[in-house]
Amino acid sequence: MSLRSPIGRVRGLGSAKEGVSHWWSQRMSAVALVPLTLWFVASVTSHIGADHAAMTAWIGSPMTAGLFILLIAATFYHAYLGLQVVIEDYIHSESLKIVSLVLIKGACFVLALIGILSVLTLLFEG
Amino acid sequence: MATTNRPLSPHLQVYRPQLTSVLSILHRGTGIALAVGTLLLVYWLAAAAGGPESFAQAQALIGSWIGRLLLFGWTFALFYHLCNGIRHLFWDGGFGLELPDVYRSGWMVVIGGFALTVLSWLFGYFGGGL
Repeated sequence: MSLRSPIGRVRGLGSAKEGVSHWWSQRMSAVALVPLTLWFVASVTSHIGADHAAMTAWIGSPMTAGLFILLIAATFYHAYLGLQVVIEDYIHSESLKIVSLVLIKGACFVLALIGILSVLTLLFEG
Repeated sequence: MATTNRPLSPHLQVYRPQLTSVLSILHRGTGIALAVGTLLLVYWLAAAAGGPESFAQAQALIGSWIGRLLLFGWTFALFYHLCNGIRHLFWDGGFGLELPDVYRSGWMVVIGGFALTVLSWLFGYFGGGL
């Protein structure tokens, strides 16, 4: 006889109370980041030493700006999910753990926002 | 917690490092390094959005020897984390979990990480644009 509640089994929720959603989100953002990262490195290495005019001409195209925004969103989402696990693994004080998680999450949101707004500025004002 | 003074398992001090454990901790280490590296990416984009003066300042900082050194480290961290991340995705799919395969893919990840790092820097210096 299983002692797991039927509803818990149906929803696939284990002792972590959230099932595989964190694990799955980490994998999906990782899959998205494979092509985005390869594009990013190839793009950046072919624009080394660019001046401001060349930079705006490059990021000012909707295609490049769109890929940059996708890269930023996927990067900070993936970074938060990863850092969250590191914090949960190594910080054992409950209060310090919660404070760290909130600070890291806030930092990821703010940095992602600055990055995306900068790309949009280059797209619309460049 | 009441268990503070109990010995940790595994005993990291007496445990002989193996390729598997070293690559595992390196994955986490490079992940943390890359999270820190996003600060540079955001600074670079914000400097470009700020105008020609702030962008020239950012390009000079990144182009300095210390900037290049950091960027080289981050390039390796990026490619190592990318290659080993793909290795993890294969494991998640149930592939390559036999010990000889784990070691083979481990060395592939090490070689791939170094090769892609060197190739991208050679391309950056001598590629002259796509």
